[in-house]
Amino acid sequence: MENENSKPASRRQFLKNISSGSALAVSGLALYSLSSCKKSSEEKTTLLSQDGKLVQVPNSEIEEMEHKHQGVPPMESRKGIPGKKFVMVVDLAKCKNARKCVIACDKHHNLTPDRPYIKVLQMQDNEKSSPYWMPKKCFQCDNPPCVKVCPVGATYKRSDGIVLVDNERCVGCRFCMAACPYSARVFNWAKPPNEDKELAYSPETSLPSKIGTVAKCDFCPDMLRNGKLPHCVPACPNGVIYFGNELDDSVTNGEETVRLSTILRDKAGYRYMEDLGTKPRVYYLPPVDRLFPFENETQENSES
Amino acid sequence: MKKIDISKQKFESPRERDLLRHLISTSWKYKLWIVLLLIINSIGMYAYYRQVRFGLVVTAMRDYTSWGIYISNFVFFVAISLVGSLFSSILKLNKNEWSRPLIRISEIIAVSAIICAAVIIIVDMGRPDRFFNVIKYLRIQSPIIWDVIIISTYLVISILLLYISILPDIALCRDRLTEIPNWKKKLYRIAAINWSNHPEQIQKLKKVSKILAISVLPVAFAIHTVTSWLFATTWRPGWDSTNLGPYFVSGAFMAGAAVIIFAMYIVRKELKLKSYVTDMHFEKMGRLLVLLSLVYLYFNINEYLGPAFKMVGVEGEHISELFVGNYAAMYWFVQLGGLVIPIFLLMFRPFRKPLPLFIISLFVIMGAWFKRFLIVIPSLQHPYLPIQGVDESYLHYYPTWEEWAITTSSFTSLLLMITILIKLFPLIPVQKDVIDPETDD
Repeated sequence: MENENSKPASRRQFLKNISSGSALAVSGLALYSLSSCKKSSEEKTTLLSQDGKLVQVPNSEIEEMEHKHQGVPPMESRKGIPGKKFVMVVDLAKCKNARKCVIACDKHHNLTPDRPYIKVLQMQDNEKSSPYWMPKKCFQCDNPPCVKVCPVGATYKRSDGIVLVDNERCVGCRFCMAACPYSARVFNWAKPPNEDKELAYSPETSLPSKIGTVAKCDFCPDMLRNGKLPHCVPACPNGVIYFGNELDDSVTNGEETVRLSTILRDKAGYRYMEDLGTKPRVYYLPPVDRLFPFENETQENSES
Repeated sequence: MKKIDISKQKFESPRERDLLRHLISTSWKYKLWIVLLLIINSIGMYAYYRQVRFGLVVTAMRDYTSWGIYISNFVFFVAISLVGSLFSSILKLNKNEWSRPLIRISEIIAVSAIICAAVIIIVDMGRPDRFFNVIKYLRIQSPIIWDVIIISTYLVISILLLYISILPDIALCRDRLTEIPNWKKKLYRIAAINWSNHPEQIQKLKKVSKILAISVLPVAFAIHTVTSWLFATTWRPGWDSTNLGPYFVSGAFMAGAAVIIFAMYIVRKELKLKSYVTDMHFEKMGRLLVLLSLVYLYFNINEYLGPAFKMVGVEGEHISELFVGNYAAMYWFVQLGGLVIPIFLLMFRPFRKPLPLFIISLFVIMGAWFKRFLIVIPSLQHPYLPIQGVDESYLHYYPTWEEWAITTSSFTSLLLMITILIKLFPLIPVQKDVIDPETDD
């Protein structure tokens, strides 16, 4: 009964130890609830590590892995969040391939670097125009080719605009991957790391990932349910990604909140390959008046 | 188990002896052949065990090349299964008397190929354990579901066509063959369903046979057209084409005819049927192959000329990849060695003799297999958005030994099914006048 959401949330909270970048991932069940951990930074908590050992970790180095304790069960996840139509605006003028969005996304979706949900692509529209970076996620199309071709309804469009994948229903035929013109989907070719967690599965987190099924960027609906932004948005140091509710006509990058209609009108927002008729929910603002000069994969780029 | 003495078997005519002989005597060659097929199959089974255990990661498929030789092989098997309808329907309804001895072998190949195709699709699934989700959560919008429906329909009709063509001869086996093991006697008794060549039975059989011959035709066209829609309903270069349906169907008929030539050459040699499958049959099949290949050539030109003339975006990249890029060697082998040269050679009578035709058909079959590879794989490697920032292994596709082993064993399974069916049932109608289309009302 892995999809029963019966255990108290505090018991299922995942803790992750980020010790000076070495990222010793401590998975399994926390033995203490978070509230007790955070009391004193001197105290240590005993945790069960991935390879089954008990380890002592200073409380100060424990942070909550927010992504991993939310999300509703599969059937409920088919309905969207009421009163919402999520939309994303990516300002290409600000992107310098800092890759923080990719890192945040990989971390929270338990992805390996070889198959991220977000790709930052080096684009060049023609020989004379300057190259630019284009962060690309799933476009959550309003006319989604992937949903049309799925033989079992494992991928579906919700009322809030999000396209999700139910990894407990997916049969792994990969027709959706062939159908997606934006190559947004990745596949769990092998057993994903940490697959056997006792976490209740939810399509809203697509965790724990399931071997032989397809996955993709999902706008982090578990975060949205709690009124928070998807992980990639606040992770971006340059405020490239704006996110919001189309019905409110507002989008925010975490610092600045703007009118969706205004920003799209004034900055000539466009959707990638509009002519395919897929009606993406991700808009791009053209890479004009750049904040940064284009630098190709420099040390600075990949580290900062 | 009592000892069986083959020499005691009595036949009523030389025709009966020639056509039923192989049902009672088992040569060492046959046994060796079966053992060989089983060995290859078990290697394939081991490879599949590894795939189930470790996941599709044992294949060379990755996020961009997300379909590989399993899918291209599936398309190939669907293609050759169309040959059943060519003989049971098109040639039969057009009253081509000469093709009658080939109906059963074509139906046997059709049934075996379509079963293999269905199995390959399950092998390709990431979660074969959830196969029944396809029925449980069936969504009729998905072209995969159309394919599932049409393939099962074609399988049922093909099995019926095969069975109906054999039925009178099964009854003959039941009545005539005495020197066979008991299980075979039982098999013939049950499978003959009290057939007794009664005029009323014959009348009914003729009627059913005609209904099936007509109804299989649209299903056969649909099966490969729907398979082409698995590709044509996407935006991939080389797939996003309105030409794909007839292109696939015509390619399938060409491949199917080549497979029949290949099969009839082997079968007539091994079962000593030279007086039943004659040079005339090869001559006619050679002509038929030229005709079908010319139709396919036409659709090939139609498929490539437009995009190659315009060279737009990813379509253009795809065309260059095929014509002069990484896949050029395979592409020109397929187009010249598997299509243009066979057409040219087969225009001359000496090349329509059994041995040359057999060799040419082998090239056509190989061409047809690699053609499906070229249809499926290069298209996936040219998405609209550039492939960047992924592992090097994602950029190429070289099938792993597991994929080759499984694919090879799909062929040996096909051969195994064909061999067993041929060993159990007479391949050429023994009582040739029982269902004669010429005497139809």
